[in-house]
Amino acid sequence: MKEICIAVTGINATENPGPGCGIIRSLRYSHDFKGRIVGLAYDAMDPGNFLRDHVDASYLIPYPSQGLEILLSSIKEIHRNDPIDVLIPSLDAELLNFIKIQDELARLGIHTFLPKEEGFKIRAKNSLADFCKENAIHVPVTHCINSLEDIYHLNMNYPLYIKGLFYDAYMVNSYIEASNAFGLLCARWGLPLLVQEYIRGEEFDIVALGDGTGETIGAVPMKKMSLTDKKKAWAGITVDNPALIEMTKKIIKALKWKGPLEVEIMADIESQKYYLIEINPRFPAWCFLAPGAGQNLPEALVKMALGKDVASFEEYQIGKLFVRYSCEVLADLKDIEQLVVKGKLVHKEPKGKKE
Amino acid sequence: MSFARLKQIAISDSGFIFNPLNGDMFQANSTGLFLLEQCKQQKSIEDILSAFVEEFDVEKIEAEKDFDLFLKQIAIYGIIEKKQE
Repeated sequence: MKEICIAVTGINATENPGPGCGIIRSLRYSHDFKGRIVGLAYDAMDPGNFLRDHVDASYLIPYPSQGLEILLSSIKEIHRNDPIDVLIPSLDAELLNFIKIQDELARLGIHTFLPKEEGFKIRAKNSLADFCKENAIHVPVTHCINSLEDIYHLNMNYPLYIKGLFYDAYMVNSYIEASNAFGLLCARWGLPLLVQEYIRGEEFDIVALGDGTGETIGAVPMKKMSLTDKKKAWAGITVDNPALIEMTKKIIKALKWKGPLEVEIMADIESQKYYLIEINPRFPAWCFLAPGAGQNLPEALVKMALGKDVASFEEYQIGKLFVRYSCEVLADLKDIEQLVVKGKLVHKEPKGKKE
Repeated sequence: MSFARLKQIAISDSGFIFNPLNGDMFQANSTGLFLLEQCKQQKSIEDILSAFVEEFDVEKIEAEKDFDLFLKQIAIYGIIEKKQE
């Protein structure tokens, strides 16, 4: 791979991390990769900004709610000073914006590898049930709600899940707990919310990459071994379960998915029943497990974004474990100042620019 | 009980067990490891019991009781299947 510059978002490596640092670590893990990586952050305090072994520079970008024009103008400004070859957005809330400006980005020479808007919307939490019905995939009963009373009128059995449209989910055991969860989610993410049937079983997550024609470039399934308070994976291990791969391939084929995705499946191994819980339209935060197990999906994405042919991965290492850890990163006041005042922190200048 | 699933289960010499189907991990003691190895060879219950009695010098009735409990436990863990082949 020639020396290229890759921009990655989602470098908020907090207790509930974005996928950005995992993507960057995967790219750095590749023996072939010798390029430049810049982080695109929404917050000066995103830890990825200060990880010098991850990013050569970091730039603040406007929040998705500020709209397409402001986002595009911000990317153009960054691109002028630090030319980007490939941009990998990695957060649910920003993806639709990047899908909408991908043609503009391509005209600037910035390559992306994103799903079509239609496919992106079909797999959204509030329309997932219809997609599953059309494709004979088991899915928990899910309802979209706009008020607390809706939960009462649904008359569903507890426990159940209350979910935000993009992030966050709470398992609740009573109407009182449901009303608390409703308040929290509503304040944080707004309406509508989703109410989902609770499925007993074991959860498996699959990181995968689709080529846009319906083919799967790679897929690595993982079982969570330890969880945070928010039920996010703190440790996980690759498993060998063909049914998980089959369902993932079926989804990618049905959506003609282009780009990375994370499939969440609840499985009752004994009865061989597999329920699709969610399709996340991006790499998961734990995506570094994939190259560790032999499928460097972020690297494959970069190659495909640049128009190169990539052969599908046929296998991966079973029993490969990841364990996350937390670590203090040191930064100087001038680093924070750079980010807050200038909106950028350059650890290493791009080629052709003076230090 | 069916021991067919044991062909897929990774069992190390130290008794560490990994079920690649669902990622579950267990640790067996030397007795458990001996029994698992016997089961993995798809031997009959009668042959496993005879080997168990001989290896650990226990009464057959005690061996039967312990082996039955052991099988029920590993079936709960999904290491073997309850159904017949």
